[in-house]
Amino acid sequence: MTDQPKSLFQKVWDAHRVRELPTGQTQLLIGTHLIHEVTSPQAFAMIRELDLPVRFPNRTFATVDHIIPTDDQSRPLKDELAEAMMSELEQNCREYGIQFFGPETGAQGIVHVIGPELGLTQPGMTIACGDSHTSTHGAFGAIAFGIGTSQVRDLLASQSMAIAPLKVRRIEVTGELQPGVFAKDVILAIIRKLGVNGGVGYAYEYAGPVVDAMSIEERMTVCNMSIEGGARCGYVNPDEKTVEYLRGRRYTPDDETFAGKAEGWLAMASDAGCHYDDIITIDGTKVEPSVTWGIHPGHNLGVSESIPTPNAVPDDERAGVEEALEYMDFVAGASIAETPIDVAFIGSCTNGRISDLREAAKIAQTGHVKEGVRALVVPGSMAVQQEAEAEGLHEIFRAAGFQWREPGCSMCLAMNPDKLKGREVCASSSNRNFKGRQGSPSGRTLLMSPAMVAAAAIAGKVVDVRLVSE
Amino acid sequence: MSNDNDILIKIESIEGTGCVVRGDDIDTDRIIPARFMKVVTFDDMGRHAFEDARKADKGKHPLDDERFSGASILVCGQNFGCGSSREHAPQALMRFGFNAFIGGSFAEIFAGNCTSLGLPCATLGEDDLAQLMSSIDLDPTQSVSLDIISRKITSRAGEMEAIIPDGVRQQFLEGSWDATRVLLDAGDAIEKTAASLPYVELPA
Repeated sequence: MTDQPKSLFQKVWDAHRVRELPTGQTQLLIGTHLIHEVTSPQAFAMIRELDLPVRFPNRTFATVDHIIPTDDQSRPLKDELAEAMMSELEQNCREYGIQFFGPETGAQGIVHVIGPELGLTQPGMTIACGDSHTSTHGAFGAIAFGIGTSQVRDLLASQSMAIAPLKVRRIEVTGELQPGVFAKDVILAIIRKLGVNGGVGYAYEYAGPVVDAMSIEERMTVCNMSIEGGARCGYVNPDEKTVEYLRGRRYTPDDETFAGKAEGWLAMASDAGCHYDDIITIDGTKVEPSVTWGIHPGHNLGVSESIPTPNAVPDDERAGVEEALEYMDFVAGASIAETPIDVAFIGSCTNGRISDLREAAKIAQTGHVKEGVRALVVPGSMAVQQEAEAEGLHEIFRAAGFQWREPGCSMCLAMNPDKLKGREVCASSSNRNFKGRQGSPSGRTLLMSPAMVAAAAIAGKVVDVRLVSE
Repeated sequence: MSNDNDILIKIESIEGTGCVVRGDDIDTDRIIPARFMKVVTFDDMGRHAFEDARKADKGKHPLDDERFSGASILVCGQNFGCGSSREHAPQALMRFGFNAFIGGSFAEIFAGNCTSLGLPCATLGEDDLAQLMSSIDLDPTQSVSLDIISRKITSRAGEMEAIIPDGVRQQFLEGSWDATRVLLDAGDAIEKTAASLPYVELPA
């Protein structure tokens, strides 16, 4: 019997299958379990109640990101609730022997930023975390799932989860990106084309010349937002860039074992001629800098386009478009460019890495934040912060009128003090423009690339970053 | 380690009155705004269900509609529960009083979280869903039943075929929706699989 060609998804699935369950689901071993302060405390309480140990404490890694303030991180945290959550995580990690990457280790940061930078994220792994943006880790050719707290409990207890197999959709992005167009624009274009629930039942495999040409950090941005397209996970096949990114990291030391590991990683890539349940193509050359105008990430436009009119959209989208227009208080048919903003946020697990800050800093150098605009730059991790400061990016941002903050999730979901007020409009490099997402129940979010956010901060309104850089 | 006291709770049907929450793509931030997750238990989630949406609707939100008071089945549109993986969302709805969801479609992580909590999510075709919603709107006191065995939803709008994925249906019927015990039953097959992987060392 000859081996059938397999997709990366299938290879990883087969390698991690503990057994088939009577329900037809697979009990899948999760090699790497990442935890944080918001979705784990109840799970620890549950295993305590069941009198169960943590089965693989050596494959469980923790950090604090959602609730941590970005101005003053000294302990105890000023917000008592936040302090209680952080202390609880520290206590749980101590009790169960779990590695905790807190601020004192110098390795704290957003869980999806520090996993890769520590080399914890590797090709061919299964990874899970009680956070939907776990799909980020797919950039390395890992299969990475966001899960709820009951599944965090199951993982703590059994290092495995029950899951039905997914279909695989290959998304080929052809051609090449124009200057001023970034990974964020590509994933927004994909979600716009396939819809916010188009990925239900699928793993997305991102491929094609545009994805091949992307850096690992750009691939993380794309995979990060797989969940916004409804896909349970998304990945890119590992290549030499993946290997080079991982060389010499804390959990992937550049020692005598590295070459062997790298060979194994590259072998995980999808085989030529393997089966895909669906293949779609996007012309990368046509992707514009993108901006959301509504209340979910599928409500996005090229910056030169106009906000849709309810009459002009398919029947099943009309009510949603009307609701979005009402919430945003935008005029159907108006241009999205020139929309005034009040706040600019650069950061998050989508776009809080060093390459994002570099692109934003290039734009920040061209001017000064518009009077009346509050602009924040929040590095995704302490390592990103240090690297940025070593390059002087913090000085560039400060000189341009941006606040330079400590690492965390910050205003992406506003569980810390960084929040919108009232009806403020925020140009944001984060991942969700849901109603109330950024901490004010009536706040408004326009998602875009970090360079576009920086440009908007300076202009005080949405502008086409291609015109700024020229 | 002992699970001897666990009782398998089989769920074969849910019956009760319905509450119609219209609209597609209702995300988990809307179901439970993030600021209410700054706690280490789920105890308080119920009273914050849809809090901002309810405030914005000034008492006109379906969860505040007297006619739907006491409803145990939430009837919703497409892609319900999209966005964040927070189990706080189904926890909030469960603690508010819902035992099941009938909708056009559900986001996957949300549906998985519901299964873990013993809350069935059943999907209906567009026409059936529209009919069920109108029927409940007209007569909110009527009983709606979701039969997991036959995958049928019965109401004054008639009998409708619902979709519940095979594996999930079986989890409810055999009481294995609370997965911890099932997963632990694999015993050392877990360690064997782990040991076969190039990157996992067994715990000391």
